Amino acid sequence: MSVISQGFQGRGRRDDRLPPGQYETHDFPVLSAGPTPYISVDEWQFTIDTEDGARHTWSWQDLMALPKSTPHVDIHCVTRWSKFDTDWEGVSLDVLLEDVESAAEYALVSSYGGYTTNLPLEDLLDGKAWIAYAFDGRPLAPEHGGPARLLVPHLYFWKSAKWVRGIRLLDQDEPGFWETAGYHNYGDPWHEQRYWGD
Amino acid sequence: MHVDGNAAAGLLTQVFARDMTGAHGTCGSCGHNGPLAEAVVYGEAAGTVFRCPTCDNVLMTLVEAPGRILARLAGLRWLAVPI
Repeated sequence: MSVISQGFQGRGRRDDRLPPGQYETHDFPVLSAGPTPYISVDEWQFTIDTEDGARHTWSWQDLMALPKSTPHVDIHCVTRWSKFDTDWEGVSLDVLLEDVESAAEYALVSSYGGYTTNLPLEDLLDGKAWIAYAFDGRPLAPEHGGPARLLVPHLYFWKSAKWVRGIRLLDQDEPGFWETAGYHNYGDPWHEQRYWGD
Repeated sequence: MHVDGNAAAGLLTQVFARDMTGAHGTCGSCGHNGPLAEAVVYGEAAGTVFRCPTCDNVLMTLVEAPGRILARLAGLRWLAVPI
């Protein structure tokens, strides 16, 4: 008797998980707009600056001491590849923002190396975003944003800033690197918000 | 991985409708002046990024969208195009 198996399909049917205009890849492509910064965990620091000028700072040891999450998510790059069932380890932004007093509506994320990206603050809350420091059970490699990157999988992956070093909370929206270069200000893959005007 | 500005000659020709590898630009950050052909180009990104060979400042980005190319030249103090 033959056995027909559909194989492992993760959460839901694969075609239901692929946003419009995307294809599935099993690789993890590396896209960089500049040289890869090599930041040791001894010098790594993460800051959140509020709209009132208050600064909150975490060292690598501080980050490691916080409760960790293990998000299992699909990721979608604006260059049209999607990767299903990726496994990360990191700290939820809900934890980092817990004691930060702010009425800001926007966030501007900055990286070692000068990269920036913007998003509404609410997209960093309620279990939607993490500071990720491991991928597939290993420390995050520098070419993928190590020692730590932002992970915001519900938006195109350029929002998940590699080599993250800080977040500024702002009253007014301030477009980041790709947003000022012609990409969409928000970047929802399910609405195919790739470029300005989409 | 990066290449030099010659590798982006075809894309530059699409934008400026002429050979641009001999055009000279001045970096808005450090003031370095040189041909676009000597820019440090990162092409395996969401767009093509031209960086200053001296200070790494982003001189120019070109994003290829359906039916149009979006050019941002904010990192250049000026661009001299031979005629």
